[in-house]
Amino acid sequence: MSKALLYDATACINCKQCEVACAEQNKLRYDDTVAAEDKQSDHKFTVVLAKGDKFMRRLCMNCNEPACASVCPVGALKKTALGPVTYDEGKCMGCRYCMVACPFGVPKYEWGKVLPRVQKCTMCPDRVAAGKPTACAEVCPTGATKFGDRDELIAEAQQRIRENPGKYVNHIYGLNEVGGTSVLLLSSVPFEEFGYKTDIVRDPLPMFTYRVLSRIPDFVPLGGILLGGVWWITHRREEVAAAEGKENSNGHNPRDSKNGRTR
Amino acid sequence: MKFKLTFWKVVLIVLLAAGAYATFVRFFYGLGASTNLNDQFPWGIWIGFDVLCGVMLAAGGFTLTAAVHIFNIKRWKPIVRPTVLTAFLGYVLVCVALMFDLGRPYRIWHPLIMRNPHSVMFEVAYCVMFYTSVLSLEFAPVVFERFNLERPLKIIRAILIPLVILGVLLSTLHQSSLGSLYLIMPNKLHPFWYTPLLPVFFFISAVCVGLAMTIFESSMSSKHFGRQLELPLLRELGRVLAVALSVYAVLRFEDLYHRGVLGLLLKPSYEQGLFLLELALAIVIPLALLSQYKVRQSAGGLYLVAVLVVLGFVTNRLNVSITGMETSAGLHYIPKWTEVAVTGSIIAAGFALFGLAAKYLPIFPAETALAEPEKVGELPAEVALEHAGD
Repeated sequence: MSKALLYDATACINCKQCEVACAEQNKLRYDDTVAAEDKQSDHKFTVVLAKGDKFMRRLCMNCNEPACASVCPVGALKKTALGPVTYDEGKCMGCRYCMVACPFGVPKYEWGKVLPRVQKCTMCPDRVAAGKPTACAEVCPTGATKFGDRDELIAEAQQRIRENPGKYVNHIYGLNEVGGTSVLLLSSVPFEEFGYKTDIVRDPLPMFTYRVLSRIPDFVPLGGILLGGVWWITHRREEVAAAEGKENSNGHNPRDSKNGRTR
Repeated sequence: MKFKLTFWKVVLIVLLAAGAYATFVRFFYGLGASTNLNDQFPWGIWIGFDVLCGVMLAAGGFTLTAAVHIFNIKRWKPIVRPTVLTAFLGYVLVCVALMFDLGRPYRIWHPLIMRNPHSVMFEVAYCVMFYTSVLSLEFAPVVFERFNLERPLKIIRAILIPLVILGVLLSTLHQSSLGSLYLIMPNKLHPFWYTPLLPVFFFISAVCVGLAMTIFESSMSSKHFGRQLELPLLRELGRVLAVALSVYAVLRFEDLYHRGVLGLLLKPSYEQGLFLLELALAIVIPLALLSQYKVRQSAGGLYLVAVLVVLGFVTNRLNVSITGMETSAGLHYIPKWTEVAVTGSIIAAGFALFGLAAKYLPIFPAETALAEPEKVGELPAEVALEHAGD
């Protein structure tokens, strides 16, 4: 059963307990300067954004079919069956294709280090595997961030929208975006206000490249036969020309390749 | 032999010195200190120019070997060697550039054992690796001849055709795949450049640039290595280039039309200017020039066309990898001087290595080979192979 997080911005009180718990879980520094930062970075995997009395969290969406995992040439990023998209820093060679490919701009890089890693929220894979909620969900005092089965959380989100007409934007962000994500968002203000793109494609992104890549095994034997065939045909003319040259032996030099071309 | 300091040697030394310092900054202080890259813009000119353009500029290798060995266009044989040399140097330098760009370059071998066949990057890595090996084998006869190594020369001759076919297949795959890299960003890459046809465009333009580079480098070689210019041959290349460019132009137009992007062409924007520049340099001016009989016949005209096509498609690759990604990233990327210095010295190294190879290796054996067609032992490998079946 795939797990997910449901974040209901209307229940959020901007206490930033999720930020603190996330830093602790991922062994990151958390002090007043970090608390004041309103951007995800290599040292801050989740942020609570505030606009007046409206709040919104940003964290890795842990896509159902993540572009980052699909593009990683060494498989350092992986989607686990339980939901988290994990990162194996021992494999990563630092090509940064994941950062370029991510539709949400989530993976961050340790630009200041000589031997950098990619950094992002990985949805607490160890905790989730042990049957526990993510650190941010466990610590949330209002239940704004809720951990559970993805299907059940979707049903609950739909119910909340249905039962509170006018309270929410009629959109569960992450239900269909890029084929669905393990993080679902509810909000009373348009998602664009907090930088969430809503014109994002509904198809899983890996499809866009796999459509092309999957043809390669078919292409190689076809291309090989075609090129070999062209070689066979173009050089056959020469053999014929050479043979004819010998039969006639009219002083033609069979080695003169130009004869072969003109016949 | 006395060392004479010429203008270009000074340029080379200055570039290499700047590159050496930039290399020091890159490997002792990291990517943050040596580049203007950041989380919003993780790929700069080391990918956009060194890798994307580097691979494209080396496309003459597979274009020419296919034309001569597979399609049996013997007249083009004299220019195969310099072209294969360019390709080989190109790929080696692409690998060098990758060592700068990778965050942990000592793990460049990881794709060998940690495979993800769903990744375009993985496929490119494998193709580039294999194709660099193929190119080194295709180029090896030149070195073997220089040192009179008969046995290895025979082995290469025996496997040359399968080798060429393998090279063409690998090139087709990764030239197009460099375009496929961007297929996964439908919401990031600007609609001028994002199209499902990206791999097709990258492949056809690689063929165009392959031909243009061959013209370019033949003209340069005749100028600097005092060798006879094969003008009739360049005229033929010019015609093929005109056809390839026209195919590309029509496809590109059809693509813009069917995706409904033509209207965007008239709206002034940052992308519009650079897109029009690309179209003008790569397609419009070269095709207009090539439509003139006088241009097609003259060495200078063909040289100009070749330079324009190369510049045009370099603009195209930079547009795809940089211009087209800037709006979605919300910033303008301008490379740091250290990035430019590394790229500059890689280009300089390319020219210098080509010059050295041309000086010490039998790169231009055509004249002697054509003059003495009977002495098989002295012929270049390609010519000898063709006579092997007689």
